[in-house]
Amino acid sequence: MNLKPETFQRIDEVITHYPVKRSATLPLLHLIQEDAGHISDEAITWIATKLELQPINVLEVVTFYPMFRRAPIGRRHIKVCRTLSCALSGGFKTCETFEKEFSTHRGEISPDGEVTVEFVECLASCGTAPVVLIDETLHTKVDATKAKQLSDQIKAEAAARK
Amino acid sequence: MSAPAQQRIIFQHIDEPGYTNDIECYLRNGGYEVLKKSVGRKPEELIDEVKKSGLRGRGGAGFPCGVKWGLVDRKSGKPIYLIVNADESEPGTFKDRYIMHQDPHQLIEGTIISCFANNVKQAYIYIRGEMPEGARILEKAIAEARAKNFVGPNILGTGYSCEIYVHRGAGAYICGEETGLIESLEGKRANPRIKPPYFPAVLGLYQCPTIVNNVETLCQVKYICDVGGEAYAKIGTPGNTGTRIFCVSGHVQRPGYYEFPAGTITMGQLLNDVCGGPLPGRTFKAVIPGGSSAKVLKFGERYKGKRKVGADMVDYDWGVEDVPMDFDSLAMIGSMGGSGGVIVMDDTVNMVEALANINAFYSHESCGQCTPCREGSLWMKKISSRMVNGDARPQDGALLKSVADQIPGRTICAFGEACSWPTQSFTIKFKDEFDAYSEVKKTLPADRTVLV
Ligand SMILES: Cc1cc2nc3c(=O)[nH]c(=O)nc-3n(C[C@H](O)[C@H](O)[C@H](O)COP(=O)(O)O)c2cc1C
Ligand code: SF4
Ligand code: FES
Repeated sequence: MNLKPETFQRIDEVITHYPVKRSATLPLLHLIQEDAGHISDEAITWIATKLELQPINVLEVVTFYPMFRRAPIGRRHIKVCRTLSCALSGGFKTCETFEKEFSTHRGEISPDGEVTVEFVECLASCGTAPVVLIDETLHTKVDATKAKQLSDQIKAEAAARK
Repeated sequence: MSAPAQQRIIFQHIDEPGYTNDIECYLRNGGYEVLKKSVGRKPEELIDEVKKSGLRGRGGAGFPCGVKWGLVDRKSGKPIYLIVNADESEPGTFKDRYIMHQDPHQLIEGTIISCFANNVKQAYIYIRGEMPEGARILEKAIAEARAKNFVGPNILGTGYSCEIYVHRGAGAYICGEETGLIESLEGKRANPRIKPPYFPAVLGLYQCPTIVNNVETLCQVKYICDVGGEAYAKIGTPGNTGTRIFCVSGHVQRPGYYEFPAGTITMGQLLNDVCGGPLPGRTFKAVIPGGSSAKVLKFGERYKGKRKVGADMVDYDWGVEDVPMDFDSLAMIGSMGGSGGVIVMDDTVNMVEALANINAFYSHESCGQCTPCREGSLWMKKISSRMVNGDARPQDGALLKSVADQIPGRTICAFGEACSWPTQSFTIKFKDEFDAYSEVKKTLPADRTVLV
């Protein structure tokens, strides 16, 4: 497995948190996805060996939990809440704004590879609806105007990288 | 009658200017004093305080915390585990997030006290995968607490040792259900277990006795161990003691979180006086009082019956706005207090569309083990989304309800109930909207809020 040395270190550490190794399945999947971007077949067999499981034990977990992905996504991950309180406050318009700004559709990588826009279920911040999680940062009260601003910011950051 | 004053116990420091989530700030505000006091007492005394307090769990079911602790098998010789349920995934609920982000040490102190009371040596905080920042904040807070010897080996020189670890979920709502959570923590799919025999108190994590408590519940425990169970029981109303945090979202002027002594505030006071009433020019149409699985209440309907006040039985005749916001009153009128998530809908909302949104959630989140839940939740979603997409038939409301009626009581976990209650209540209370949706749809304003 091709991972950063600190990822290997954290993997070894996290396994010690549990009396039964199998419990470390989710933490290992998170650590590897954070490092590699998604969960490959190789990662699944590697985790299985590490935790003394069969690959199917890991694969069934990967397919059950929506946050684990089998394929790469855009450089930035925009998750828009779809659930009732956010929808009541205009969450669908928010999502459409992101899709339009990046000429993409929900679940797909934008043509420039910059973002993947997705609908997700309630992000537990319903009082500040509509809410959007961009990578690891929660943005609140994201109406269409604010969605446009956030898009501009992401585009500016992409341009600065080039 | 205007609303009673808020009484912020758990949310005392939330949003307080200058209050930060690091341990120094917590200590300056009297942090970990209750822990110091508690580890000098007998564990049984602490359990007794919690029993006397009447505290009911804040995760949704409202089960008495002291009773739950009393059920733990202490003779098995196996280790006892405590799991903090920080999954917070019931739509409409968002209180635990603020505790973890802004006051994580309050949770850690409550957790360690609860561990000490129950002779727990290892605890896990199971936090939603979608809260990476919350997980980092908790990890930092635990490290700070360990450095000060509030967590870890030989806590404060008492000989008692306890570790806390943070465990992240990965986006599945069913991890909030306690036995699904345990499966998930064991590294498997979050398929809930059949009770009996798998009551966590006897056969929980690794088949060992296990306590699962909500984040807010454990913060309340810390407060109880501070003031004593009897003093705590005086807050709120008999049977509904302590404070309740309401998370209000949707169509009100001031959505947000508010903490009141339980049962002292009515729905009308909460929505009108505290949350500023409906949006300009609008009127309230419906409210879901305890997270999206609670049965919806319709403004204008009346609830009648008898209830116990002190030793007497008295008649009640309430409209939605008169209902006291506590577990028992909301249960009496056919809904529930649940996790305290109040979702408000005004007259712009079409109820078929609102239900279609909710059904999309539950069909996505079923773990798939039980046929009635797996197939039923998907079927309800398909009917309601077909309706909003233009193919509504007059009999669809009745069909939806009949599907919903087949689910509860026939499943492994309470998700079966959770996914059927919205459909049952929406289709009964807004029957005319469902029956006439094919006609209604033609006249719906094109610029209305899209919900599906
Ligand atoms: C489908 C389902 C989802 C649940 N989600 C949560 C949740 O997100 N957070 C929570 O604390 N309890 C949740 N619960 C309740 C837990 O199963 C459990 O009753 C609770 O964590 C116990 O803690 P308490 O006694 O402190 O309330 C859920 C229950 C069900 C049936
Ligand atoms: S009721 Fe639904 S969520 Fe619960 S165990 Fe059965 S299929 Fe899974
Ligand atoms: S409904 Fe969007 S955060 Fe809860």
